[in-house]
Amino acid sequence: MAILKVKDVSKRFGGLKALTDVNLSVEENSVHAIIGPNGAGKSTLLNCLVGKLMPDTGAVLFDNASVLGLEPYQINQMGISRVFQTPEIFGELTVMENMLIPIFAMRDGAFRMHAYETIANETAIVEQAEAMLEEMNMADKRHMHSASLSRGDKRRLEIGMCLSQNPRLLLLDEPTAGMARADTNNTIDLLKQIKDERDITIAIIEHDMHVVFSLAERITVLAQGTPLVEDVPEKIRGHPKVREAYLGEAA
Amino acid sequence: MLGLNKKDTSLLIVVAILTLLAPFILNPFPTDSAMAQFNAGYPDLMQRFVIFGIFAIGFNILFGLTGYLSFGHAAFLGVGSYSAVWMFKLLSYSVIPAIALSVVVAGLFSLLIGFVSLRRSGIYFSILTLAFAQMSFALAYSVLSNPKFNLTNGETGLQVYSDDPQILQSANAPDLPHLFGVPMRATYTLDVGAWSFDFNAGYYMCAVIMMVVFYLAIRIFRSPFGMMLRAVKSNQQRMNYTGLNSKPYTLAAFVISGMYAGLAGGLMAAMDPLAGAERMQWTASGEVVLMTILGGSGTLIGPVLGAGFIKYFENIFSKINDNVLHSWFAFLPDGLEDAVVFVIHPFIGKGWHLTLGILFMLVVIYLPGGLVEGGQRILNRLKRKKPQTDETKSGESEPAE
Repeated sequence: MAILKVKDVSKRFGGLKALTDVNLSVEENSVHAIIGPNGAGKSTLLNCLVGKLMPDTGAVLFDNASVLGLEPYQINQMGISRVFQTPEIFGELTVMENMLIPIFAMRDGAFRMHAYETIANETAIVEQAEAMLEEMNMADKRHMHSASLSRGDKRRLEIGMCLSQNPRLLLLDEPTAGMARADTNNTIDLLKQIKDERDITIAIIEHDMHVVFSLAERITVLAQGTPLVEDVPEKIRGHPKVREAYLGEAA
Repeated sequence: MLGLNKKDTSLLIVVAILTLLAPFILNPFPTDSAMAQFNAGYPDLMQRFVIFGIFAIGFNILFGLTGYLSFGHAAFLGVGSYSAVWMFKLLSYSVIPAIALSVVVAGLFSLLIGFVSLRRSGIYFSILTLAFAQMSFALAYSVLSNPKFNLTNGETGLQVYSDDPQILQSANAPDLPHLFGVPMRATYTLDVGAWSFDFNAGYYMCAVIMMVVFYLAIRIFRSPFGMMLRAVKSNQQRMNYTGLNSKPYTLAAFVISGMYAGLAGGLMAAMDPLAGAERMQWTASGEVVLMTILGGSGTLIGPVLGAGFIKYFENIFSKINDNVLHSWFAFLPDGLEDAVVFVIHPFIGKGWHLTLGILFMLVVIYLPGGLVEGGQRILNRLKRKKPQTDETKSGESEPAE
């Protein structure tokens, strides 16, 4: 069953057609990669899925419910978590607090006036956060300010924060951009582990072919705002249209 | 104790002891000595210390936690004062309904202003709040003061007249603000040798209220709600993508701090049943910003320290005049004495703002964390001198900062 359906989505910025009639469906419990050269519209597409941008036409359905016109926090509450290209975490807060916030958000919804309670008394939530830090191998860093973490640890923390909400769909926007090879491989291993251990759908936007081919079960190639082909990785690798899109007409 | 951890409990106890013993602590010099002018233990000033302390504690809940810099909080202070005086005029001189109404009205007023202003963030938010406060000032100063509808009594200021209804005022109750019959102005003076200490009913009422609201502020700082407010300051994007709506959180913080300001305004009117429009002016809004930053924004005790510091300077430095300076430097040769007085002259009396400005600059440049950071640095230096003490402790920082 498709958990995410994108139907005939188009988006223009002035004279620029960023997306033209994009159709896409992501199967439940699969890893789906969206690749494409610079300017193909990958990020625009992602922003249309999470409520940051409103497509001009078309529909986006998550679990058969439309997400268009909803705020990002509402879409998150439906079960979509997003990992950003540069890790977005709460830099001034400790690693532990970073992990607590999404768990509170999941339990208490978008707003709750819990001004007279004490965090230490919320044992169930603290335990969940501890367990997630343990899973991310970050338990020893719990009291650090998260701004002082290394780039790789920030990425792990952000992924952990998203997973702590048990999302049904995890969206990753170039999760290894700007990373050293070792960090990239660590992230790939982490994502593989997540995929194996959890009932989760992962949609990943990526530039790095190494990452894509080590993770994805299905790949959509986007070029000039429109899907070129969609297939399993083995077929994509040697596909002439893909080579053309990436290397230009001359190839 | 009271649901606080050990560190916060001891902070609360220290603040309680300091406020309760303030009449002694602030009057260290004998009444007739030359240093007596540095005594700050008279009722009027002590009341102002705690009232502005409350104002700054509330402001810090908004500014220190969410990072939203409001330049219009004096409007809520003024609204609180007007509400309290109206209660005195209509009901009676009992301070309880007056203070209750000032908190409620300031809360509603801040809900309205916050709802509009929080549509923007950063500098635009600050400008919106400033605009609202100046509009409120204009309303209070002239618009809402005309023969047909006189809500604020304009330039003169709102006060209680003998022909006001005061429907609940009983015949034997004091003819000035009181709490269960104890007038706010009641002062007991204790003379010990050359010293004299004033114990004022109004001060103690304000001090107890300040401790209660300080305790509430600690609870807010340590609550999941407080953590969400710090998340607003840290990264709103991540917050929105984590399923949290940052708007109601910020608005709630705005209203809470507006209610603190209203409480401070109500207490001001309870100490002296008069409310004037100048209380809403932008300089008053700026003052609470200075207090919070000077003391250490985002820390628990900082705003209280900053409020005390500024109010002390305002009242003590402004009282020093050239005659006092001449008496201090009388030991110098005549020409030199005049020269020294000439140099210091601009910084005292009416020029105390200059001294305050320089101190503020020094604090912002060298101690961005305010007086609290200064205190921590001194503590750390003292700890380092003793080799036995635990090194890891000195590196620990307050989670609220």
